[in-house]
Amino acid sequence: MLKINNLHASVEDKSILKGINLEVKPGEVHAIMGPNGSGKSTLASVVAGKEEYEVTEGNIIFEGEDIEELAAEERAHKGVFLSFQYPVEIPGVSVTNFMKTAINETRKAKGLEDMPAKDMLKLIREKSELLEIDRKFLSRSLNEGFSGGEKKRNEIFQMAMLEPKLAILDETDSGLDIDALRIVANGVNKLKSKDNAVVVITHYQRLLDYIVPDFVHVLYNGRIVKSGGKELAHQLEEKGYDWIKEEVNA
Amino acid sequence: MDLKEKLVSSFLAFENRVDIDSYVHDVRSEAIKTFEEKGFPSKKEEAWKYTSLNSILKEDYSVFPKQENALEYPQVKKYFIHDIDTYKIIFIDGKYSSHLSQTTHDGIDVCLMSAALSKPKYQLVIENYFNKAAEKDSLSSLNTAFSSEGAYIHIPKNKIVEKPIQIIHFSTGNESATMLQPRNLVVVGENSHVQIIERHQSLTSNPVLTNSVTEIFASKRAIVDYYKIQNDNENASLIDNTFVKQSRESFASVHTFSFGGKLIRNNLNFYQNGERIDSTLKGITIIGEKQHVDHNTLVHHIEPNCESHQDYKGIFSDRSTGVFNGKVVVEKEAQKTNAFQANNNILISDKASINTKPQLEIFADDVKCSHGCTIGQLDESAMFYMRSRGIPEKEAKALLMFAFSNNVLSSVKIPELKQRITKIIANKLGVNIGFDL
Repeated sequence: MLKINNLHASVEDKSILKGINLEVKPGEVHAIMGPNGSGKSTLASVVAGKEEYEVTEGNIIFEGEDIEELAAEERAHKGVFLSFQYPVEIPGVSVTNFMKTAINETRKAKGLEDMPAKDMLKLIREKSELLEIDRKFLSRSLNEGFSGGEKKRNEIFQMAMLEPKLAILDETDSGLDIDALRIVANGVNKLKSKDNAVVVITHYQRLLDYIVPDFVHVLYNGRIVKSGGKELAHQLEEKGYDWIKEEVNA
Repeated sequence: MDLKEKLVSSFLAFENRVDIDSYVHDVRSEAIKTFEEKGFPSKKEEAWKYTSLNSILKEDYSVFPKQENALEYPQVKKYFIHDIDTYKIIFIDGKYSSHLSQTTHDGIDVCLMSAALSKPKYQLVIENYFNKAAEKDSLSSLNTAFSSEGAYIHIPKNKIVEKPIQIIHFSTGNESATMLQPRNLVVVGENSHVQIIERHQSLTSNPVLTNSVTEIFASKRAIVDYYKIQNDNENASLIDNTFVKQSRESFASVHTFSFGGKLIRNNLNFYQNGERIDSTLKGITIIGEKQHVDHNTLVHHIEPNCESHQDYKGIFSDRSTGVFNGKVVVEKEAQKTNAFQANNNILISDKASINTKPQLEIFADDVKCSHGCTIGQLDESAMFYMRSRGIPEKEAKALLMFAFSNNVLSSVKIPELKQRITKIIANKLGVNIGFDL
């Protein structure tokens, strides 16, 4: 599904990713861990198509196609989804209208008619129940005045609405209390299937108790320096990142 | 001969042609003198520092349209709010079009200025109100001197006018360049409500210059909502001088939607003569290319316990330029005044610019006055967020602009008008957004 080959990326001439290799197959859950500033969020943004980042070497193949030249919206239409670490507040645009626009623009890109209003309402009801989101919440301005937990829940609600092939969850666990964490993880797990894949970017092992990864990768200084199974996450939780840094620097 | 000389020298011929009573004759003669003295405003004047009329004054305007032109309704239907029943006062090249209009004298007067100026039964209203709100500045005086046609709306007390009134001025451009000077008078009695929609529309690529004066009087507890749609073509310029005089407990609002035209200058003035008055001035400006829109507002708080709310949003692309100059005067007697003013702008291009200046003159000591102006760009992180959800760049931009303008749009009380303005904005931004915000 996703194949990242020797990816180098920089922002304002500062090199951040220095040769990432990663392959994600349908049905898999990958976790990317690593200390602050290792390039985790940059990797997520580069895959999603943020223009500030310049890919200087390597490529990103999604479903057999090099997507590096595609705009963010085109990647979204193909099924790439990024759950933001810091969801952006957009005053004046309600959650419902935002989702309607996103879904209908995605349908338009695929040559489909707008989704009938009745179906849209049904879908919204269904998915908001999955994330235990109050109806009133949906008419509020997108992310404006939302608590940290509400913002993250809203991200996964959007993911549920858009049903992406590849979902990248960038620090979705940060700012969540244990109840919100459970709801969010539960939502992600219910959306999992053998045809889609999830990449979880996180600092801590906590979220991985709920969303159990098939593979764990450690990103350090712009490279994946270690990969393993879910036990690697436990090891990191116990021992921190210093031993990895030492291994790399040795 | 420059435009000023041409206007001054044609005044006598004009004065002899029209049939008017002596009161208006005196007002006009006085006005042409004022104009002759002051001339057109120049950038040397503080209030005109950022708006130059030079480029539009150099045309050889025809001051009096020579022939009458007709338009058929299907040709111009799209400029009307046609999905609701309305009164209509329609002008073509400055002349009344009975064919396109729907006026009334049934309990209220929705008719023509020319009739009101010439018929004895309107004489008292004219003497009490005509030119009683307008300032004696050069452009208003010029309009006064030549005023002969426009809308005359008189609502007696205790009338709720159910149908909005549309005033549309079309210009057809049969002359190579046309100058129009419409004059509107709106008098609203105690406890009465009225909604008015005004539009100037050129149907030609020949230059058109409109110097319009509208006087509005809101009596005790009257509610007046006035909407201006300024979406003209790139060769049409508009100087709009509007004066609103309010009595106690009245509510008056003016919404100005400026989306098109070569140069637009809005001189919008509110005078509060009484307690517990509410004045609302709102606007959305979305322009591009080399268009120029200037909002020059004044709210004069004269008595205690009154409010004013100003909210102007501007979005400027290409080489377009904007000006906002908002003056609030709070007199010593006007204690407990609440005056709010906001002017927020987004510059889409590096070449676009906005000059914004709040001016507060407060002589009372127990007041709440706030003002704020912002100039920013479209939020890049919001753009990426929306695009990552599959909303293309153009649509994402449009959505942000709608959201930015929403405060103003949402206070439009006529749903069909709000829909129309949403559509004009969507067309302008080249998007088809399938919902109302």
